[in-house]
Amino acid sequence: MVEGHFGRTTRIRAMSEEQRTKDFLSRIDAKETIEPKEWMPERYREQLVRMMSQHAHSEIVGMLPEGNWITRAPSLRRKIALIAKVQDEAGHGHYIYSAVETLGVSREEVYRKLLDGSAKYSHIFNYPTTSWADIGMIGWLVDGAAIINQTMLARCSYGPYARAMLRICKEENFHKKQGMEIVSRLCRGTAAQKAMAQESFDRWWWPTLMMFGLPDEKSKNTAELMQFGIKLRSNDELRQRFIDMNVKQAQEFGLTIPDPDLYFDEDSGHWQIGPIPWEEFFEVLKGNGPCNRERLDAKIRAHEEGRWVREAASAFAEKRAKRRAKQ
Amino acid sequence: MTSNRVEHGGAAHTSSRKALDHFVLEIADDALVLGHRLSEWCGHGPTIEEDIALSNISLDHLGQAQCLYELLVENDANYGSADKLAFFRDSFEFRNCILVEQENGDFAQTIVRQVYFSAYYYFLYEQLSSCPISLLSDFAAKARKEVSYHLRHAGEWILRLGDGTTESKARAQAAIVQLWPFVEELLAPSEAASILIAESQVFEPSTVSSAYKQYLETLLSEATLEVPSSTAASPLNGRQLKHSEHLSQLLSVMQSTARAHPDALW
Ligand SMILES: [Fe+2]
Ligand SMILES: [Fe+2]
Repeated sequence: MVEGHFGRTTRIRAMSEEQRTKDFLSRIDAKETIEPKEWMPERYREQLVRMMSQHAHSEIVGMLPEGNWITRAPSLRRKIALIAKVQDEAGHGHYIYSAVETLGVSREEVYRKLLDGSAKYSHIFNYPTTSWADIGMIGWLVDGAAIINQTMLARCSYGPYARAMLRICKEENFHKKQGMEIVSRLCRGTAAQKAMAQESFDRWWWPTLMMFGLPDEKSKNTAELMQFGIKLRSNDELRQRFIDMNVKQAQEFGLTIPDPDLYFDEDSGHWQIGPIPWEEFFEVLKGNGPCNRERLDAKIRAHEEGRWVREAASAFAEKRAKRRAKQ
Repeated sequence: MTSNRVEHGGAAHTSSRKALDHFVLEIADDALVLGHRLSEWCGHGPTIEEDIALSNISLDHLGQAQCLYELLVENDANYGSADKLAFFRDSFEFRNCILVEQENGDFAQTIVRQVYFSAYYYFLYEQLSSCPISLLSDFAAKARKEVSYHLRHAGEWILRLGDGTTESKARAQAAIVQLWPFVEELLAPSEAASILIAESQVFEPSTVSSAYKQYLETLLSEATLEVPSSTAASPLNGRQLKHSEHLSQLLSVMQSTARAHPDALW
């Protein structure tokens, strides 16, 4: 293996950049998996670092809107399930940060870019969680959207990312199930609970549809990501899958979909939605969403307040290592 | 978990039955309130790893509380349900110790609170796990494994903070002094515990207390920290339903959704 790998490396060195890229793309076309030590075009590496960082940040920032209801969860069972869920998301973030490190960037560097605002995270986490029903909606819709995206990414061309997704998807499915259970309970509950569910659904429906990104013709990264085998399906394809799945589900719950233009198109066999309010999406991306400032501030505060703790831990580790060396 | 094999029916046993219930509520309320406090860290910890660790400990405590409340309900349907016990009692009905209702403060305060708490339960469960009341012994045997992990985790942090930087040492020492007045309440057997001890020798308070103090001395000296010299205990006492302001504040948050919809199922 080592020799084979070395042999290929030497051969690759002798090639022109153009030829290397061509070879690389044919490996992608042949559905080969790319591993960290292998040669890759700089663009491929950049796109992966960007996407995986965003993904990891989303897991970490995503803990906040849901964490907001941990202290007010209405039953012991729900409280325990919610803490476990938010803890899972921390684990996902941790795991993806490690996967980004295989591309030669340190976790600290990646995390610093979140804190200084130069890296993005999913716009969905800049919306407030104002009722308990939001915890159900996030599980059902936000985790649901994440699953569609991540199931695709589990087959992406970069090995460490694909493997991380495979592992994470199992937990996301459980989150979605819990979310649906919460929504289902509310929809079968008291009049106040039903109203709570509908009010929450009205707020989350459109933002979750935007989670799949801009329409294909306007998405500047999609073509390249698909060429690199990082994305296997376009934004619109994934979004449509989500819509078809959840229009039916919403109807089963007895929820009204806040879209007067929604209709079932017999010809295509798909549900067609009205216009997505993209202006809102751009505002949130620009930092003008309802909670952008709060989310970032919370992470900055935790980072600042935790500084002395991390310093203590590394000072102690150093002292201990020195003591051991003396023995 | 099997139900209590010691007979507690009949008029002659009403007082010991009540004592057992109160003792179980003390443990359960401790676990609920501390579990809740620790969950407030979720998403705000100093590192992702520590965020996950504190959530784990929180989950263990909440699981313990749920399990004990359910045992109470099993033995006496008048309690209604575990959720009723957690979400529909007022602060003056809670039997948790004052230590657990203290706010998280900085990380040092959270860790010191955990060490004070977990060390007590570690030695208590050690004895309870072989006591004659099966409800207690079964529970203690299971919970002891969890508590020993909590104690190890918090104890390791005490070493890091004490023997880390000047700042961490100062913060750890301040937390040790600040929370010390609430330790006495843990070590002195409550009225309920005293009745159970007199009747069934459920545990030996002096053994727990001396093991506890010895453990703390060893840990703190290894961490180059000092055991507080002052012995002035807090006049508050949760076992006697005399709480600090923190508990009612905590409950008003924790119980808000449940109480806004008293007839709802979740
Ligand atoms: Fe996740
Ligand atoms: Fe999730």
